[in-house]
Amino acid sequence: MELELQLAVEQLHARYAHALDAGRLEEWPEFFTEEGRYRIATAENEERGLPLPVLYAEGRAMLRDRVASLRHANIYEPQRYRHLASSFLVQRVDDRVVSSTSSFVVIRVMQDGATMVFASGRYLDRIVVADMKYEERVVVCDSRRFDTLLAIPL
Amino acid sequence: MRAWPAEGATRVPYWVYQDAQVYEQEQQRIWRGRTWSYLCLEAELPEPKSFVTTFVGDMPVVVTRDPKGALHAWENRCAHRGALVCMQPRGAAERFTCIYHNWTYDHAGNLASVAFRRGIAGKGGMPADARPESQAPKQLRVESVHGLVFGTLSKDVSSLEAYIGSEILPRMKRVLVKPLKVLGAYTQVLPNNWKLYMDNVKDTYHASLLHLFFTRFRINRLTQKGGVFVSPDGAHHCTYTEMVEDRGDAYEKDGMRSAGSQQFTLEAPEVLDQVDEFGDGVSIQILSLFPGFVLHQIRNSLAARQVVPKGIDRTELHWTLFGFADDDEAMTRRRLLQANLVGPAGYISMEDGAATGFVQRGIAGSPERASVIEMGGATIGSGDSRITETAVRGLWKAWRQHMQI
Repeated sequence: MELELQLAVEQLHARYAHALDAGRLEEWPEFFTEEGRYRIATAENEERGLPLPVLYAEGRAMLRDRVASLRHANIYEPQRYRHLASSFLVQRVDDRVVSSTSSFVVIRVMQDGATMVFASGRYLDRIVVADMKYEERVVVCDSRRFDTLLAIPL
Repeated sequence: MRAWPAEGATRVPYWVYQDAQVYEQEQQRIWRGRTWSYLCLEAELPEPKSFVTTFVGDMPVVVTRDPKGALHAWENRCAHRGALVCMQPRGAAERFTCIYHNWTYDHAGNLASVAFRRGIAGKGGMPADARPESQAPKQLRVESVHGLVFGTLSKDVSSLEAYIGSEILPRMKRVLVKPLKVLGAYTQVLPNNWKLYMDNVKDTYHASLLHLFFTRFRINRLTQKGGVFVSPDGAHHCTYTEMVEDRGDAYEKDGMRSAGSQQFTLEAPEVLDQVDEFGDGVSIQILSLFPGFVLHQIRNSLAARQVVPKGIDRTELHWTLFGFADDDEAMTRRRLLQANLVGPAGYISMEDGAATGFVQRGIAGSPERASVIEMGGATIGSGDSRITETAVRGLWKAWRQHMQI
């Protein structure tokens, strides 16, 4: 058990969640390596062996495009998330990379106060140890159902 | 029943989206009436004995392929007490057995056996003249067109291809050229009446005004070449846009919000890279069939969208994205990247959920008022301009005909 590594991974997940929940979307691509991949999937599609993403980006450029579109193009009601992440399993893959599996719940709060459990699921991560960035972050949502729209990343 | 506004085709009264009695009548006269509803893709029933569950309006439905390969659809309701017969969303089964009292059905939905029908050791059981089959699940007529499976409860509605008609059918065939391969599915829950979503799909006027992503990157502007087809009864529509680059500045001159900032460019535009796979230079085609089916081609993203009403102010949109069975790796990757354009997180589609929900909330105090649907006048028909609401008027022509309003 590498305690320092465990703590470092938990810190990364926590900083990621706080950045999104505070609306600091511009920081979001910086949690990934230059070629880092981000994919939101559903448990149902994963179990059926189907590749369809709800959202998919290969590399920071695509992640930045997503943020730019949310800031300057897409129309959606003001809303905030609260991420609750837990049950962090951390495993060293090799000298360079660790894998992490964790659980999450995202609560969505609309501007009028309407609050709902928007998503729950697992984060399946590959993290580069040297700079503690996501080489891959797969968000497997437990439900196939999404309320109205998914604008802010999970 | 409330009255339609005197203006006729150019007005849609808001009570159509709010009235519980209207919702109930729609279930009977439209969803269970003389219409064909999309059920699933044939590709979801690849093997004999496979099944999927779905809905036609509120009615739960099982779709099966029988041991000989024929397709069937039947109401997912046990003849005995009305429980769901099939609980799983998909799978394969020899027989369908209701968990409540073990009544069993074949792939066509026929009641095959009743547990302890003759009792045990001469005691109990049903009388010899009992006819539990009289309450058997309703069986739908099933037909498919190029890999899409449809069903209807109506005995006398015309064949599926005749129902779709000669204006729209060629536009379906244009996309469905080869055996399909399912890429995945998800559900978007819309906070509005189902007809607000169909209005939105048929509204060629909104697309480039609401969706900045379309307009800023010149994916779809009304100044680009395109057109709209509407079936003579108004029920079905198809709109398309050609790939030709639009260099005009009509949006910028008129100060449209959707023209956006010149600073907004994509760092990774390969998300939009299109291969002209149908060889006709069409970049977007949106096609709808009454009452609740949409087939889209947005660049190389292909999908079936099924509209499932869930009460007067709630609708589920069941998306199934697909490619072709012979897609190579590069095409599959392209389709998966372009999945970013559609669905609940779609650069384009996310806004439709927002806009239609805003209508449902905005009209709360005005059931007696009406939408103004007057772009393109009062006509209903095909044309080469998309600055028109002709297909929306078509929806309401068909709706009123079915609802006898």
